[in-house]
Amino acid sequence: MRHWILILALVLPSLAAAEEVVLGLSRDTVSITTSFDGSDILIFGAVKREEPIREQPLEVLITVEGPSHPVVVRRKERRLGIWVNTDSVEVDAAPSFYAVATTGPMQQVMSQTEIQRHNVTIDRAIRSVGAPMNISNSQDFTDAVIRIRERKGLYQMLEGQVSLDQQTLFRTAIDLPANLTEGVYVTRIFLTRGGAVVSSHETEIDVRKVGLERFLFKLSREQPMVYGIMALAIAIAAGWGASTAFRMMRNG
Amino acid sequence: MQTYLPIAEVSVNGYLLLGLGGIVGLLSGMFGVGGGFLITPLLFFIGVPPAVAVATGANQIVASSFSAVLAHFRRRTVDLTMGSVLLAGGLIGSALGIVVFNYLTRVGQVDLLVRLCYVVFLGIIGALMFIESVNALRNARKADTGKKPKRRQRTWVHALPFKMRFRTSGQYMSVIPPILVGMAVGVLAAIMGVGGGFIMVPAMIYILGMPTKVVIGTSLFQIIFVTAFTTMLHATTNQTVDIVLALYLILGGVVGAQIGTRIGLRLNAEQLRVLLAGLVLVVCAKVALELVVQPADLYALSEPGRH
Repeated sequence: MRHWILILALVLPSLAAAEEVVLGLSRDTVSITTSFDGSDILIFGAVKREEPIREQPLEVLITVEGPSHPVVVRRKERRLGIWVNTDSVEVDAAPSFYAVATTGPMQQVMSQTEIQRHNVTIDRAIRSVGAPMNISNSQDFTDAVIRIRERKGLYQMLEGQVSLDQQTLFRTAIDLPANLTEGVYVTRIFLTRGGAVVSSHETEIDVRKVGLERFLFKLSREQPMVYGIMALAIAIAAGWGASTAFRMMRNG
Repeated sequence: MQTYLPIAEVSVNGYLLLGLGGIVGLLSGMFGVGGGFLITPLLFFIGVPPAVAVATGANQIVASSFSAVLAHFRRRTVDLTMGSVLLAGGLIGSALGIVVFNYLTRVGQVDLLVRLCYVVFLGIIGALMFIESVNALRNARKADTGKKPKRRQRTWVHALPFKMRFRTSGQYMSVIPPILVGMAVGVLAAIMGVGGGFIMVPAMIYILGMPTKVVIGTSLFQIIFVTAFTTMLHATTNQTVDIVLALYLILGGVVGAQIGTRIGLRLNAEQLRVLLAGLVLVVCAKVALELVVQPADLYALSEPGRH
């Protein structure tokens, strides 16, 4: 499908935008196998244009967004000398992964209005409808989501990490950590000039468990009874096997 | 050897897991405990979500207890009647424990409950064991003063109704105390991801007055079923049993247990008890410290429907 779009883009002269993105990905699927330990994705491409390069420099902004899930954020407080979860806020949808890579400082690459229109930054990607009445500083809870996930490498702000050659060729590497969630990772590329978006392109990276990982995960959700019995069978077999093996070693 | 755990959804070093299983197996072989009370907190430390650690811990104990109980069957040190009565209580307790566990998961207090259980039970058991074995060591050093073995006393336990004969244990007593003991251990198994041997063994000796030689075998016998039941409940209600994680722990554990048994035979029983008591207290102190010291981040995330 993507190839068709690519070919179309090459065949048809640009209809609307004067500058367009031609995109490449080092891979469009990420397989979580038993030995999965994170992955690098190389996102690269070129700017196709029908006109001479303009004076004002082009900037590139790339976002990669993982599937969103609701998240409960809990705050600890000291009660009777120990730290206990007290207040909690449910954030309606927070992406499980979010990376923003740019060619330069954020405010130089994209204007505030464009950032808001395209929901580019991490805080714009998190949707929170509102905290319960008794919680006054709900922003702290949203900030906590960003802080904790940044620490785990799940949210990444990569200012200046996109390299752009000759105003035409761009590339960046996004580091996907090992604790990745399955799903469709939407990748967006924006070309901007003077803070305004001149062209954008969207594609998908499919992150999925494969092989044994997929089989076990699916089994545990769809056939929990079978899965449980299998877990027990393995345990009993291992226990019996070990006992027999060592008895034989002792005797023989 | 990095391994991605399909249910825990984290990537962990496989050798680390084998080592962890091995160390816990070593200790369980040396001391005759399941080692669940060690493996669950250790899994917390390496980043496995608590719900997965508890459920998988239960699965791992099935393997280690099964391996150990076979040896006891060969020596005829399992009281099947008593084991079955304890088991009846254990299954009720385990089901109750899962209900409590799932309720607290929803309100976000499961972490606290698990940790508090650890502090309270490990603290009490560790301290009692430590005092007793230090006293025993001191007495032993004073040389044999020819103490007469105490006659087993008739207590309130023997006054209760529904009496039954337990042949292997040489007991004739009510079924109420064993059922209650079994229930208590079942609740703990579900909440803490432990077999509960460290509660069961003293309870059998001191409350039920069973002879020491049948205590461990009988406790192991009922632990297999209670932890197997707990594993099934966690697998079907929370989907938190991670087979890959369990496999690593089991492989490390069974090898460690056999080596541990060898080492245990060479050590003096009282010294062994002091060591075990010290170990229990260290784990207890570590968990307690985490409750009291201000956490690095006051906020924590959890994803409903996942873990």
